Amino acid sequence: MSKEYEVVIGLEVHVELATKTKIFCGCSTEFGGAPNTHTCPVCTGMPGSLPVLNKQVVEYAASVGIATNCKINQNCKFDRKNYFYPDNPQNYQISQLYQPICINGGVEIETEKGGKKTVGIHEIHMEEDAGKLIHDEWGESSLVDFNRSGVPLIEIVSEPDMRSADEVIAYLEKLRMIIQYLGASDCKLNEGSMRADVNLSVREKGASEFGTRTETKNLNSFKAITHAIENETARQIDIIESGGKVVQETRRWDDTKEYSYPMRSKEDAQDYRYFPEPDLVPIVISDEWLEDIKSRQPEFRDAKMARYAEEFDIPEYDIDIITGHKKLADIFEQTVALGANPKKVSNWLMVETMFLLKERGQSPEDVSFSPENLAKLIKLADSKTINNNVAKEVFAKIFDEDIDPEKYVADNGLGAVSDEGELKAVVEKVIAANPKSVEDIKAGKVKAMGFLVGQTMKEMKGKADPGTVNAILKEHFKEYM
Amino acid sequence: MANIISDETIEYVGILAKLELSDEEKEQAKKDMGSMLDYIDKLNELDTSGVEPMSHVFPVNNVFREDVVTNGDDREAILSNAPEEKDGSFVVPKTFD
Repeated sequence: MSKEYEVVIGLEVHVELATKTKIFCGCSTEFGGAPNTHTCPVCTGMPGSLPVLNKQVVEYAASVGIATNCKINQNCKFDRKNYFYPDNPQNYQISQLYQPICINGGVEIETEKGGKKTVGIHEIHMEEDAGKLIHDEWGESSLVDFNRSGVPLIEIVSEPDMRSADEVIAYLEKLRMIIQYLGASDCKLNEGSMRADVNLSVREKGASEFGTRTETKNLNSFKAITHAIENETARQIDIIESGGKVVQETRRWDDTKEYSYPMRSKEDAQDYRYFPEPDLVPIVISDEWLEDIKSRQPEFRDAKMARYAEEFDIPEYDIDIITGHKKLADIFEQTVALGANPKKVSNWLMVETMFLLKERGQSPEDVSFSPENLAKLIKLADSKTINNNVAKEVFAKIFDEDIDPEKYVADNGLGAVSDEGELKAVVEKVIAANPKSVEDIKAGKVKAMGFLVGQTMKEMKGKADPGTVNAILKEHFKEYM
Repeated sequence: MANIISDETIEYVGILAKLELSDEEKEQAKKDMGSMLDYIDKLNELDTSGVEPMSHVFPVNNVFREDVVTNGDDREAILSNAPEEKDGSFVVPKTFD
């Protein structure tokens, strides 16, 4: 390759808002219901039905806009985007084109070189989601489920400010963090509550004009986004190098085959004939309302990190990991509020929780145990009612089923044996059964004591405190120490 | 009529609206659209600089619902509108994304 190229990327990110009901009707947004059980005349586009806007959608959209440094359009309106597709029962989508709720914002990201840059946000608008098409493998038809039709979305449109896959991921992570902290969405890429379309073009390094861009859809993991960007960059450079011209088109990413193909034909000309939505009246966000939304903004990550450093005696590394996920930060704060030691709470979250999440293929947002049960577990371990190994075992139960550890330990007889007399008897037995180790210890190989501790623990079926066992052994062999 | 609608335009509008028009209907549609555009031209003679575009006739703003579930499962009634149903879903001709 003789020339050097630069890749230019902008993103359109769709986020499903965490409202209880749909954007224009009182149907539930709950995920996973049987087909069409969360539908009504409004979200199935029946003639004569009228939409009424869910106030919470406006509040979530505005709060995301405020958190991403946007200007809030205090007079905004909805528009109709017209197109035919079976997942869109009205033959139009209610969206915002002319006066979106948020404009001209941006977020700061860290670049791979360790610097910082701002990715501009062109606008954020509110709109409704479409239904879901299920393709009948054998038949000549497709099935439509409108449970998702009318679920509120915001679309966050960035400026073409990103120059690499790493910057794209950093931008998405930043958005996800902000939105999760707001509680406006859980932002799960794999479940579709956050979706990113990648607009990408390449140009010769130093050129001032943008090249022709393509839009790639159906990217549902950070890995897919990274691969699609690499793949599309190479494809466009190949076309240019061989003297061709990149065609402006929408492409669909195939995650299993790891390549993209063009999606639309001339039959779906992209001419949406937007016009103001006549069924919905304008939204006027008064200064008071805007101030009210601002006053309810949560503490974001940077502020949280600073406060943790001030308030809790835990390392910066811990703070970084815990505040990296709103869910972990919430559990951390709630457990500490119940009187648990911050460093101990942090350890359970960073070590065991992370380990189990990884093992179960889950993300921190999936954590479902209660702070109460973690606080109880820490208390049981502190009082040496259970030893560390048992604590880990009990924690796995809390992690999976949120069991009450006090009850669980009592029911399963997992309490550590702290009766010294009983322990001593077992230690004596172990000493008698392992003359070789005793010889070693007497010969100065103190390490052999570890073996005796292990044997005692085994004899006690793990229900002893290793520290106490160690102390008893040390006492026994004190003349050789 | 000042505005002449071409065959290509009427063809294109037909595709967008998913309408299959007979030759006769096309001629009629061309005439109707032309006179509509003439009327728009007439309106455009007015100087509207500095006037906010109006999308609603009544000065009503902020009509909202609270975020409370009010609809239950009404699938049977909803599906009774479907020309064809299967497995609790609307049946449509095979469609790919």
